[in-house]
Amino acid sequence: MNDSGKTLLNPACTDRLFRIAAAGSALLAPLLLAALLVQLGIGSAPAWREFGPGFLIGTEWDPVRNVYGALPAIVGTLLTTALALLFAIPPAFVTALRLVDAPPGIGEILSQALDLLAAIPSVIYGMWGLFVLVPIMQDHVQPFLSDTLGLGKIPFFGEYGNGFGFLTASLILALMILPYISAVMRNVFRMTPAVLRESAFGIGCTRWETAKDIVMRYGIRGLLGGIFIGLGRALGETMAVLFVIGNVVALPEDLYASGTTIAATLANNFAEADGILRAVLFALGLILLLLALGVQVLAHYYLALTGAGRGER
Amino acid sequence: MKKLFGMAAATLLSFAVTAAEISLDGAGASFPAPVYRVWSYNYGESTGNRVEVNYQSSGSGAGINQIKEKTIDFGGSDNPLTKEELDKANLCQFPMLAGGVVVIVNLRGVKPNTLKLDQATLADIFLGKIKGWDDPRIKALNPGVKLPRVRITVVRRSDSSGTSFIFTNYLSKISKEWADRVGCGPAVNWPVGIGGQKNPGVCNNVARINGAIGYTEYTYAVEAKLSMVSLKNKAGKFVEPKPETFRASGAHADWKNAPGFYMLLTDQPGDDSWPITGLTYILVQRNQPDAKKAAALLNYFNWCYTTGASAASKLHYVPLPEEVVSLVRNAWDAEIRSGNASVKY
Repeated sequence: MNDSGKTLLNPACTDRLFRIAAAGSALLAPLLLAALLVQLGIGSAPAWREFGPGFLIGTEWDPVRNVYGALPAIVGTLLTTALALLFAIPPAFVTALRLVDAPPGIGEILSQALDLLAAIPSVIYGMWGLFVLVPIMQDHVQPFLSDTLGLGKIPFFGEYGNGFGFLTASLILALMILPYISAVMRNVFRMTPAVLRESAFGIGCTRWETAKDIVMRYGIRGLLGGIFIGLGRALGETMAVLFVIGNVVALPEDLYASGTTIAATLANNFAEADGILRAVLFALGLILLLLALGVQVLAHYYLALTGAGRGER
Repeated sequence: MKKLFGMAAATLLSFAVTAAEISLDGAGASFPAPVYRVWSYNYGESTGNRVEVNYQSSGSGAGINQIKEKTIDFGGSDNPLTKEELDKANLCQFPMLAGGVVVIVNLRGVKPNTLKLDQATLADIFLGKIKGWDDPRIKALNPGVKLPRVRITVVRRSDSSGTSFIFTNYLSKISKEWADRVGCGPAVNWPVGIGGQKNPGVCNNVARINGAIGYTEYTYAVEAKLSMVSLKNKAGKFVEPKPETFRASGAHADWKNAPGFYMLLTDQPGDDSWPITGLTYILVQRNQPDAKKAAALLNYFNWCYTTGASAASKLHYVPLPEEVVSLVRNAWDAEIRSGNASVKY
């Protein structure tokens, strides 16, 4: 025991070991990201050589003649994501507000339920969408929207639906990201100092006024954070979308039209792809990764801009 | 479905409990996957779990890729490779089963399995030129059937697939416009329709959408209890999809003059021939480094041709006639080598 100074258990030694291990692990993340980008870049090179930048705006997808364009998948990804956010943010916001205000017992149960919802695997949402939501959309929702409400006359809204398509996919996505967004928002709202809220109530503000002017204003940065997390998940979601979007490589004609997303295209084709198609799929993967990175960068930029770097989420 | 889960669980369990001496890994076509699964299970049992066969229904293209890269022991494919491709990759190819691709519909109010279509209407539906079920051309083929005024929704595969290859191969033969505009392949640029994942995905989508029409392998249609369409064949007769008509379309095949057993059974002559019949193939490496494994592999396939045939018939596939099987055995002797000798099984 007297020579413990030379063993690995020496505090100086363990400290150094720990530092090396920690630094190594921390380095792993950027290295992996770089490796991914390089791999996707190399894998997609034949596609860029073949189609050039025109690949980004090409709309054709013909595996027989080997002509591919990325635009339908990109537009489909952006459209489903945007619609999903549109559907998810208002209820997520209201849910989070309510959770913060709810009596402790109920609030705890509701919070747990919300976290559980966020943990459901996406394929379950997809199956539910296919077996439950699609028939409901075909038989009830779509006829109601287009005929009863007469929205079918508006261009891009769609007159005839078969249950599949962008609207259904966006609804599923919205349902999936809602718990994420809501959970983040709830945590942000909880950080509002109690004294602020109590003073608001004290000067006679209503609940809504307190929520709008105190809680929301205090937590606006976190709100954005939550939305960006939902956005990130919606961008890359694969299985749930694949089940219900219809898998058609074409630009959307209307809301009921079937389409595809980048992730769904990858899942549909990757197993059997070789030659130029594999390169095309790598290129789509690269585009998706860059989109996701872009969202991250935007989020960080925004958070930095508003000075929200204090560990709030 | 329950049966499948049970079987999968049993396979997993047997894997966990008894370590098999030899394990044969295969992957590929989903068209014959239901039979291959039953075969794997039965064969494993018949050898006292000494030999274990695994098959992943990952799709024909994946099967071809993986056997070329030697990551599996055998590949399954519905679109045969040509002799040149086989020589290049040093592969031995042989047919395992025949089966039918059937056209399925979902039309509320129309009695199941009564609808009839001919070549021109089928092609025009999939080209998107016939848009409604009450189209006069469909009515003319189906006197006595009250066709609803419902829009046609075409459902096809979203993934690359041997079933699509067989189906588009047929459409290319019967419609010049299809051949020129779309062509034939495991994945094509579909003029209309929505995509479903694999055979079950297509069946599911057809079952969900009133007015849907799609195509799938016969077994999947039977299991999903979907209404099937009778088609007009090359001889001008309407035939129902069933194993007898699938078998009839193989009757005219000239196997002796088919290098690498390359054979497409679509649009065959004969009064009873189902027009969209396909073959599913097995691919193995010609050079087998492990003699014991090679012997087990051929022993398994030989078992499939003989003992396994009844299980295949039960699942509505068509086992190959004995003269084709003996040609296959000759090919094994001639092509498959371990060391420098042919493989004894």
